[in-house]
Amino acid sequence: MAATNQRLEVTLDTQLESVDLAENIVTRVAQEAGFGEDDLHKLGMAVREGVINAYNYGNCQDKRKKIHLAVELEPETMVVHIVDEGCGFELSEVEDPLTEENLLRTSGRGIFLMRAFMDDLAVRRGPTGGADLVMIKKLPHPVSGNGHS
Amino acid sequence: MTLRGTCRQIDDVAIVDFSGKITLGEGSATLRQTVRELVGAGQRKILLNLGDVDYIDSSGIGELVGAYTTVRSASGELKLMQLTKRVKDLIQITRLFTVFDVQSDEAAAIVSFRAK
Repeated sequence: MAATNQRLEVTLDTQLESVDLAENIVTRVAQEAGFGEDDLHKLGMAVREGVINAYNYGNCQDKRKKIHLAVELEPETMVVHIVDEGCGFELSEVEDPLTEENLLRTSGRGIFLMRAFMDDLAVRRGPTGGADLVMIKKLPHPVSGNGHS
Repeated sequence: MTLRGTCRQIDDVAIVDFSGKITLGEGSATLRQTVRELVGAGQRKILLNLGDVDYIDSSGIGELVGAYTTVRSASGELKLMQLTKRVKDLIQITRLFTVFDVQSDEAAAIVSFRAK
């Protein structure tokens, strides 16, 4: 995926193994796009957290549901979509894990980590009503021109 | 690489040398089971050596917090030791450095238990 405006889509089963698989797929694409080791770690971890979110909270570990992963390389950014088949949620509903009352909670840090490790994070409504997590990371070396794949 | 933990004892401090990843699934379960077994066996001073743990995700962080509360609930102390840079960064951005007592080396950690 060296050229710009390319898109890779993968449909994943709702199972634990999909977490590692998604992380591996996205870090490979990111590596080819020129991201350094530190950014690869952050991207991989953000994707990991996104798929964990889809597995646990979106699809509620229901094996009949799917997790849809898409990676897009745009001229200046890498965009990752993680779409589940749950009921969706609003970012504003997510509690801040850094507040004193939430520090000792054993869950609830995934969205925070995605935000910390990516340049932008949004939650949209997916085609089946589930959450479409949209994560954006600026490319280390933006590609000039409007290259088509 | 899954998580492996090896337990040893120095005085009344139980030290667990972990290596691998503390992530959703097996890694988190190994950490939870190890700490629960130690507490169940009467250990009240537990030191987790994370020097060979190169990756922790949000589930792993949650499990560390769970381990902390499990030990505290038994009136014990749990400390962390030899964090890698990435794990240290994670503990910092999640503000958990205000919760965990993080020691740089084993000797200092043992002394810090005695100081109580």
